[in-house]
Amino acid sequence: MSARALRWAIPLAVVPVLALLAYGFRTDPRDIPSPLLGKPASPFALTAFDGKPVSLDALRGKVVVVNFWASWCVPACYDEAPSLERAWQAYRERGVVLIGVNIQDKEEPARRFLAQFRHTFPNAPDPSGRVSVDYGVYGVPETFFIDRQGRVRFKQVGAVTDELLKLQVEKLLAEPA
Amino acid sequence: MTRALTLTLLLIAALAAVAPLGAAPVSEETVHEIGGQLRCVVCQSLSVADSPSETANQMRGIIRERLAAGDSPEQVKAYFVEKYGLWILLSPPRQGFNLLVWVVPFVALGAGLVLVLLLVRRWSRRAAQSNPGPAPDAAMRARIQREMAEREP
Repeated sequence: MSARALRWAIPLAVVPVLALLAYGFRTDPRDIPSPLLGKPASPFALTAFDGKPVSLDALRGKVVVVNFWASWCVPACYDEAPSLERAWQAYRERGVVLIGVNIQDKEEPARRFLAQFRHTFPNAPDPSGRVSVDYGVYGVPETFFIDRQGRVRFKQVGAVTDELLKLQVEKLLAEPA
Repeated sequence: MTRALTLTLLLIAALAAVAPLGAAPVSEETVHEIGGQLRCVVCQSLSVADSPSETANQMRGIIRERLAAGDSPEQVKAYFVEKYGLWILLSPPRQGFNLLVWVVPFVALGAGLVLVLLLVRRWSRRAAQSNPGPAPDAAMRARIQREMAEREP
């Protein structure tokens, strides 16, 4: 190795390290692709806060939106709550079912949350955490869109908006049953 | 005597046949070991075994439940990977692209060592070659001695 080559080689060795750091720091470590997209949604059977059974199996043939939330999830769960109720009101007649799954929470504040937003779609607690692990949930809120064949088609991490709910639900409704 | 022996043998055989079906007690050690390899999903860099969070507690419950249902530790881990992807494993599996993580540090260390060796060799060679210049001739030596003598008090 000549002296001139060495003089360049040492500073140049920094380049791959910088490239790696630039890539690493510009990647969101919380943005983890779900391996569940396109796969059949895990069945679940829970008991809603109002005592009624909530099960995915009964909903085959419908477009299902499953929203995981917690009452302590401020502000994202509070931001999206009115949009969820609006989507339920707008789409329930068109064969869309919205299910709220309350995770990592206590019953009393969860009930207060539901009362505050006057949610009328089924909401059920998941006390063992089994449903949230089955859906690979790692934080709240997360929302899953399930098509009529029962496959997970889209996963939203963070609050949903009216636009996002409309876009995803309309897309699944447009597909042949 | 023979009857007693036969009965005992029958009993042992029956127990042996039933044992694999009965719920084997799940050892907390196994739960801890599997939990130690899984990422607590709501924590920053904590394993399911080490996190005091409610979620980690629920995940330990699921590990326990699956083991009790007869799953092997590998099957339990595979279940979590199926739901969360490889992200759930605290150490990336040694295959494919992930192999880089395991190999690069050693390659970099080796390359660094080679570089240092090369440099040290070059420097020592240069030091050996470096020319101290021509030795002083007789006239110069005389002048040095004269000037040094003048400086002395």
